[in-house]
Amino acid sequence: MTPVMANLLNIVGILVFVVFGAAMLTWVERRVLGIWQDRHGPNRVGPFGTLQIVADMIKLLVKEDWVPDFSDKFIFVIAPTIAMFVVVAAFAVIPMAPGVGIVDLNVGLLFFLAMTSLGVYAVMFGAYASDNKYALIGGIRAAAQMVSYEVFMGLSLMGVVMLAGSFDLRQVVLSQQDGWYIFPQFIGAFIFMMAGIAESHRTPFDLPEAEHELTAGFHTEYSGMKFAMFFIGEYVSVLLTSAMITVLFLGGWLGPDFAPPLFWFLLKTLILVLFMILIRGSLPRPRYDQLMSFGWKCMLPLALANLVVTAALILR
Amino acid sequence: MSAAERSKGTASAAATESADKIIAEVRELFPHDLLVQPTVDGMPSLWVDKAHVKELLKICKHDLKAGFAMLYDLTAIDERVRTHRDGQPASDFTLVYQLLSFDRNAFIRIKVALVGDKPSIDSICPLWESANWYERECHDMFGIGFDGHPNLYPLIMPPNWDGHPLRKEHPARATEMEPFRIDDEMQDAEQEALRFVPEEWGMERSSKNTDFMFLNMGPNHPSVHGVFRIALQLYGEEIVDAVPDIGYHHRGAEKMGERQAWHTYMPYTDRIDYLGGVMNNLPYVMSLEQMAGIEVSSRVETIRVMMCECFRLQSHFLFFGTFAQDIGQMSPIFYIFTDREMLFGIIESITGGRMHPSWFRIGGVAQDLPNGWDIELRKFLKQMPKKLDKYQKMVMDNRIIKQRTVGVGVYNTAEAIEWGVTGGGLRATGSDWDMRKKMPYSGYENFDFDVPVGSNGDVYDRAMIRLDEMRQSLRIIQQCVDNMPEGPYKADHSLTSPPVKDKTMTDIETLIHHFVHSTWGPAIPPGEACLPIEGTKGLNSYYLVSDGSTNSYRTRIRTPSFPHLQMVPTMSRGMMVADLIAIIASIDFVMADVDR
Repeated sequence: MTPVMANLLNIVGILVFVVFGAAMLTWVERRVLGIWQDRHGPNRVGPFGTLQIVADMIKLLVKEDWVPDFSDKFIFVIAPTIAMFVVVAAFAVIPMAPGVGIVDLNVGLLFFLAMTSLGVYAVMFGAYASDNKYALIGGIRAAAQMVSYEVFMGLSLMGVVMLAGSFDLRQVVLSQQDGWYIFPQFIGAFIFMMAGIAESHRTPFDLPEAEHELTAGFHTEYSGMKFAMFFIGEYVSVLLTSAMITVLFLGGWLGPDFAPPLFWFLLKTLILVLFMILIRGSLPRPRYDQLMSFGWKCMLPLALANLVVTAALILR
Repeated sequence: MSAAERSKGTASAAATESADKIIAEVRELFPHDLLVQPTVDGMPSLWVDKAHVKELLKICKHDLKAGFAMLYDLTAIDERVRTHRDGQPASDFTLVYQLLSFDRNAFIRIKVALVGDKPSIDSICPLWESANWYERECHDMFGIGFDGHPNLYPLIMPPNWDGHPLRKEHPARATEMEPFRIDDEMQDAEQEALRFVPEEWGMERSSKNTDFMFLNMGPNHPSVHGVFRIALQLYGEEIVDAVPDIGYHHRGAEKMGERQAWHTYMPYTDRIDYLGGVMNNLPYVMSLEQMAGIEVSSRVETIRVMMCECFRLQSHFLFFGTFAQDIGQMSPIFYIFTDREMLFGIIESITGGRMHPSWFRIGGVAQDLPNGWDIELRKFLKQMPKKLDKYQKMVMDNRIIKQRTVGVGVYNTAEAIEWGVTGGGLRATGSDWDMRKKMPYSGYENFDFDVPVGSNGDVYDRAMIRLDEMRQSLRIIQQCVDNMPEGPYKADHSLTSPPVKDKTMTDIETLIHHFVHSTWGPAIPPGEACLPIEGTKGLNSYYLVSDGSTNSYRTRIRTPSFPHLQMVPTMSRGMMVADLIAIIASIDFVMADVDR
């Protein structure tokens, strides 16, 4: 196989895996939540309801692709595109297994942070272009939340970078052969998980789209495939956060030899995804100001302390 | 006479005795004429002339020892075609103020005769905050003016509605009206009438430093529990003012009461507090039985208590689940709905219906309890306490829930009484006033249960009270199951409806009665009665006026949710939008109960 072919296979394979996996997640989430909540969840279409995704897709595709008259049409259309694009693009730097992964940037981690930071534009553009008050409040909440949580998301990863001595994610995985970073960097992992959930605005950090307050928040005016792009974007983001935690803290593809490395990567990611679904099923939603003060007064100092202590221990 | 009947007899005797005492005390302080109207419900009823009513109300509220602190109800009666008014002053529209004293455990009814087609009277808004909506409602329904009212804008009816629905000349059915047509002009006019103008709602568009944002929440919004609209004046996410708008769920239940036969109105009552099921039947049948002079057996009373407590549980289940959900906790409602489903199954096996069985009858209940009725119920009673503990741990002990609810939407006992708040909302402030304890009805005095009391009067306490009330309801149901008395399930009285049937084939009189009651329905003797109960959400009562006919002359439904919603602005000013959601969730209202 020529390198070009291998690259093409990687690109197409990962793209399909990510988008299909995210779509599949909508079913997994509903099914798993159903089981945890003493009910069935979608189990009618296809074996175990797995074809529910197809049914949902058909439904969303044949819906009228409505752009409100009062909206800023261009921005309204590009907002969901950004939402989808940035998270999928961030997957380019995730090393899934030896030989599986699109690109090994020597600033991979920074690329990931840059891409997730761009995600806030999707929400803000969507909210602003909708010209809807619920969307506006959702957009303001999202902007404030994402910008604040970005700060310590970055900081929480610096401990790992120091330990690995590299921004290259493949190097980070390889340097965990002697032990996963979750142990020395437990606080960092915890903070990154929190920030990751906040970035993908899922419960308990789903304030931008808090259904009970803001109907649907920033995507109130969206329907059909544009809504689906926001929706799938959210699930890709869940996958991305889980994959990043796997890579940074759980030793990526490293695992016992009886199974291929990719299996270990996927297994770890899946467990993290399920954990995030479990959080959604159990926690209520804090208030906006409580969320912000939790971020700035609790998480940020914690991230800084983690960074300082790690640095001190390394330089000792 | 059974023990329960005897205790009921003494209770009503005590009530009449205190009625005379109350009247004597009022007479001592009030220098003007008072006319006492004898009533069957033992509630002191005084007629006073229009000029002095405010003075009398003030005396009742402030000057009387252990005064009548709460404006329990304010309504009117269109008297123009009423025939049996023996001894009452001439009146076209009678305004009825009903007050409640928590220190005396007593009600007082004050009536004012108004004459003319467009009568008016002084507003009592300065005296009671809660009078505001009641007076607006009377204005909508009867066209009575209230001088000095801050904002006599239509509350329940649309702003450009023609006529006053509860006046006798207003048709009750669509078939009595002209076919409805809407042309472009009318549509434009209607649309224009709905335009939101902040000034009309008493809100400013801007202050010195900022322009406010107005957010229209509802009538269709996931968290307003039905068709409730609230206009928010926002400064960022902070609520500067909130103005509730109701009436979207108005179905004219009171008007229907005047057109249905006494017996056939029963299913409508189920749908007032639609989570309360047969609990709604109870105040209705109790008032009717009082007027008809029917004494029910202790078995009937116990069955009624049992079913009412089942529905209190049902209502609180739903409250608790949606409460958690409104704060963003997704799962508890699913667990609770499993229990709710189980209890619905039990209710169905006893009554044949689930949410709205309409199962109580004038003088009894629809059928006797089926064989083996207690088997599933005992299983349910056995497993519930453990589950409630689990829900408490899951929801009430959760730290985020506490952060969101403790100290949010606070009011104290005095404010609660001023605004007409009853039920769990009142007890969350530290008052232990539960009608089942303080003025027992339907044999509640025979049960052993506690009244849960809160201390802070905030959202958290209001939810906690309901959780504890579920435990008490389980205790009451357990006692019903263990001690169900034997006896008839229907009273042997000529006005029991449908009448007892066992002699119809042998006795022509019974057959005639049965025929008449099944076709026209029973004719209740002329009179008035109002017997409040501790409903799922607070005090609920049917003030029934009979003109000796087979249907009601006036049916006034006093619901707890109506005054509760009026308090939303006071609770939510200065809070954030998310707090408002928690506050609304904690009130525990259904819009059918508000608008009727």
